[in-house]
Amino acid sequence: MPGKNYAATRFSALAQINPANVSKLALEFTFSTATNKGFEAPPLVVNGTMYVITPFPNYLYALDLTKPGAPTKWVFKPKPAAASQGVACCDVVNRGAVYDNGRIFFNTLDGQTFAVDANSGQMAWSTQLGNIQRGETITMAPLVAAGKVLVGNSGGEMGVRGWIAALDEGSGKVAWKAYNTGPDKDVLIGSRFKPFYAMDQGKDLGVKSWPPDAWKIGGASVWGWLSYDPETHLVFYGTSNPGPWNPDQRPGDNKWSTGIFARDVNTGEAVWFYQSSPHDLFDHDDVNEIILADIPWGSGRRPVLFHPGRNGYFYVIDRRTGQVLSATPYGYINSSKGVDLKTGRLIPAPDKEPKAGRVTRDICPASPGAKDWNPAAFSPVTGLVYIPHLNLCQDEGNMEANYISGTPYVGADVKMYAGPGGNRGVFTAWDPINRRPVFEIKEDLPLWSPALATAGNLVFYGTMDGWFKAIDARNGKLLWQFKCGSGIIGQPISYRGPDGRQYIAVIAGVGGWAGAIVSAQMDPHDPTGALGFANAVKDLPMKTTAGGILYVFALPR
Amino acid sequence: MSSLFRASTLFVVVAALALALAGCNREEHHDRAKPIGETVPAGESPDTIFPGSSTPPPLDPRAALYDNNANAISKGQQLYLQMNCVGCHSHGGGGMGPPLMDDQWRYGGRIDQIATTIAEGRPNGMPSWRGKLTEDQIWDLAAYVRSLSGLPSKDAVSSRSEGMSAGTPQTLTPHAEPKNSDAPQQ
Repeated sequence: MPGKNYAATRFSALAQINPANVSKLALEFTFSTATNKGFEAPPLVVNGTMYVITPFPNYLYALDLTKPGAPTKWVFKPKPAAASQGVACCDVVNRGAVYDNGRIFFNTLDGQTFAVDANSGQMAWSTQLGNIQRGETITMAPLVAAGKVLVGNSGGEMGVRGWIAALDEGSGKVAWKAYNTGPDKDVLIGSRFKPFYAMDQGKDLGVKSWPPDAWKIGGASVWGWLSYDPETHLVFYGTSNPGPWNPDQRPGDNKWSTGIFARDVNTGEAVWFYQSSPHDLFDHDDVNEIILADIPWGSGRRPVLFHPGRNGYFYVIDRRTGQVLSATPYGYINSSKGVDLKTGRLIPAPDKEPKAGRVTRDICPASPGAKDWNPAAFSPVTGLVYIPHLNLCQDEGNMEANYISGTPYVGADVKMYAGPGGNRGVFTAWDPINRRPVFEIKEDLPLWSPALATAGNLVFYGTMDGWFKAIDARNGKLLWQFKCGSGIIGQPISYRGPDGRQYIAVIAGVGGWAGAIVSAQMDPHDPTGALGFANAVKDLPMKTTAGGILYVFALPR
Repeated sequence: MSSLFRASTLFVVVAALALALAGCNREEHHDRAKPIGETVPAGESPDTIFPGSSTPPPLDPRAALYDNNANAISKGQQLYLQMNCVGCHSHGGGGMGPPLMDDQWRYGGRIDQIATTIAEGRPNGMPSWRGKLTEDQIWDLAAYVRSLSGLPSKDAVSSRSEGMSAGTPQTLTPHAEPKNSDAPQQ
């Protein structure tokens, strides 16, 4: 699975490649995926076969790692509807496929979930979940746990109503579906729901915290990462921004957007919820990765989750109760003044609140947050969380958004630019216990690539101009780098090949929200392009070109 | 009163007259003109092949009522925000949808072709607005969309943008020379 394990650590226990020999790391083979849109998915290696899921049109390739050059075993083409490209907010990406019990599971942009036999490439089942006429797409990687395939929708910029569904792993039939807005019965809130903070307690908050009927088009989609705790049978996920971006159109806390849900995987029942950004002002979705760990606490240990939030705070939350143990800025923030640990509420910064009819300047972090979708890695060896993230601020002016189904529902003009220091990306090694950075690496371009940590004390990540880097996990020293053919926003992985050697793989294909200026051939003259991201990366078209190529590295024999 | 002042006054008057004359076409209204046709044209592309004939089809006669017309462009500019065109195409730079201010037109840059694209939609995600907008509105929108690329003359476009855009006004976007495929063909 993309997160490597249910705890989503993105940590590989392989240690053949280490700081002493990584300088010899060399290219083994490459593979062109025949796509040139943003490539956010990781390759997936199971039983000597590598599976690669592409952006739209969502080809699934199986490559035979037991043969020289890894020839293609089969390719499965799900043929998603072409029109779905028109309702995908931020490039036509796919964030990964999952293997379980002989099958590969993945989602398509037009809102379907597929199960494909891992050996033959034959389809086992497909289920249509999203409706592009309402602006729903699916870009997330599913999570398979306890015999269920968990899937959520994208479309927080299109006025969708967010949901998560659990499909029976064998048949693809919907076992349960929970909405993230609306009455409690739709949200699967019942007697087991015990949110920690008073702000999240009450009946039908998914209706009452919105203007009349606004919850029906209120966003709170599920396009990011899921984690699972097999001991408690709880699945954890974050919800997206409320819609529209213009906050004047939705007074109230807008439950259950921009927060974290814990649900029982078997029934879907909500167990707790924590809203990191009540009445979100800046598109600060809460879909970022949720890393499960047990940390020393008093004389014992405490089961927690780590969550580098889009609003700029690194959250440590008790995963049994939803209590926030700490929330510490890991990037520059002026859009809020901290998190009140008594109430759980974000402390607002009124001068940064966007109001209709005026432009609010210098909002930090910008809409993609201090960090967007690209997940961090956690190394139990060093005890550090490796966070690839952003240093962007923005100007924002709001106007009334009209809801027309199948079209964007945003109501904001945004213009982003580099934050303090002028670097647009940062790679931070974060000590979650002592709540401080151990080292930081400034990157010129925004960091849109996830991180990989290995037991060999190496950390890998890529840059949007195509450099794939290995750093020392202890001090951040750059030990090795390779220039790929396109900017890297894909998830690096490490695997043991059929020959017993350790391999490192990444797919280079610039795009996504940050790289759409290249993959969608946008015109950089308009600072508001790609919801304002274009202004921050005007130079990107001169630094990289679109692509979609797999690179696999190993130490020489 | 100094002669310098009189001279400058004269200059202002002459300049204003010149501007007014130049602007005659841009301000033409056609609210009471002869009724326009019932349907938006099929919008044949002039840069494709027409088997059995040697010339591309002529520009739709209604184009003259909207193309380069400040009134139409201004109305189209408002519709562009109200109908959420801006959500996908931004203020011309693109995003979910392709950019409109560059010099590439996937489905033709003639105003009748743009009107057809708006009315019928296109297969990779452009919605169809037929039945959602009147034909007059579709032509207005087409006039504005065409103006984003800098094809119409600068005296027809607005010097300020609707909404809170941080972009430069259209009067300052570079004027694009029409390519063969975009040029109105009679």
